[in-house]
Amino acid sequence: MQRRVAVTGLGVISALGVTVDQFWEALSHGRSGIGPIQSVALNALRFSNGAEALGFDSGSYFDAKEASFLDRFAQYGVVAARHAIADAGITFENGRGENTAVITGSCLGGKATEDEGYRQLYRDNNTRFNPLTIPRAMSNAAASRISLEFGITGPGYTVSTACSSSNHALGQAFWLVRNGSVDAAITGGSEALFTPGLLRAWEAMRVVSPDTCRPFSKNRRGLILGDGGAMMVLESLDEARARGARIYGEICGFGMSSDAFHLTQPSAEGAGRAMRAALKDAGVAPESIGYINAHGTGTTANDSTETAAIRSVFGAHADNLLVSSTKSMHGHTLGAAGAIEAAATLLALHNGIVPPTANFEEADPECDLDIVPNVARAAEVECAMSNSFAFGGLNAVVIFRRV
Amino acid sequence: MSHELTQRVISVMAASQHLPPDTITIDSTFQELNIDSLDGINILFALENEFDINIPDEGAKEIRTVRDMVEGVRRLVEAKATAADSTPAKV
Repeated sequence: MQRRVAVTGLGVISALGVTVDQFWEALSHGRSGIGPIQSVALNALRFSNGAEALGFDSGSYFDAKEASFLDRFAQYGVVAARHAIADAGITFENGRGENTAVITGSCLGGKATEDEGYRQLYRDNNTRFNPLTIPRAMSNAAASRISLEFGITGPGYTVSTACSSSNHALGQAFWLVRNGSVDAAITGGSEALFTPGLLRAWEAMRVVSPDTCRPFSKNRRGLILGDGGAMMVLESLDEARARGARIYGEICGFGMSSDAFHLTQPSAEGAGRAMRAALKDAGVAPESIGYINAHGTGTTANDSTETAAIRSVFGAHADNLLVSSTKSMHGHTLGAAGAIEAAATLLALHNGIVPPTANFEEADPECDLDIVPNVARAAEVECAMSNSFAFGGLNAVVIFRRV
Repeated sequence: MSHELTQRVISVMAASQHLPPDTITIDSTFQELNIDSLDGINILFALENEFDINIPDEGAKEIRTVRDMVEGVRRLVEAKATAADSTPAKV
């Protein structure tokens, strides 16, 4: 028998702040966290704006020794998990730790740690590496630290599927709780990408906007990179109710697909297959979905392809959907995107307010959906979908239900 | 449009795409050559290195033919030469 799965705790670190309240305050007012990149000297980079988690002060959360063990990406994940666990009011005593999973997503792992080591090696010919380089850079560093810090001894692993990483992680955690393999899960993702080498690599891809992120706008010029992390606590709905927990919503469906099409170009067929798979897994009709938190990167190719995919899956109901891209506010956080957008989607269901697509200027006939331009909309939605599509053509879609 | 510049652009494109240079002419379109968006950014990267120029994103998105590419490179190479001429000599 399948159990229903509730989300009882959230933690979000992003350009919009370091608490869930700050995150929602910005989203519900359509306030973007995009601005001039401050943590890296840009040196004639083709783009100059980003969505950095500038409010995150490592020293507020970790003493100097602890911080030395953790790259910034892992720190985001660990702090988001602390917030989510405190928010849920859950403990891991009396056997609970053994029956809890920690499943995280990260595209890059500790890239800044590696970048710094290589800089010293190649530029300064310094062959003595920081001995913590390997454990700081491993992509599972956040999952490992969360498990260690909270005594969670059940399944733990990290998924890396580029921009779909944390939706894949969420889906795995959801299925483990649903099928009874574990009683609870800490899941989400984190990413820290403001490091000189990585910004150069993104510059060479020619997909980063020279101004801001304008998803679905005809004059969109590309994505804006962001960093941060989000974690959530999943439990069986019955147990969450029994202990009187506050419930943000239910995860009710997860679908995946592979494009088998192109290394970087999106595919409407592949994206559509993942959405259909999620609907089937949830056992809900397309008409139950009222809101889609779109992948919505703000690139020319993604937004029109995603629109076509949504139209193919939802048919006439596509015109009733509210579809927004919160990347217009927190940027594209790569392996953390699914987790941060899951938090946005759950808060939309919980509060009855759909966050807008910020920075919108000009309608595009190829993106002819109600994309909730610039101003949040009050809407009581039964179910909501959150899309993540990755370079490499690996897609992951999660469906949430109001409880 | 100088023949030499055209040949240099074509040889860079050929090397980048692993194509025999004689399969590319000034009139070839990217579609005919089966060059997609990802191939396109590889070609821009190779041309920037060959000519020591910076090709801006915006203009690059409109390029569909070898002729467009040669013309764009020619303008950037000329602009670089002009800028170098107008820079005062170091004393």
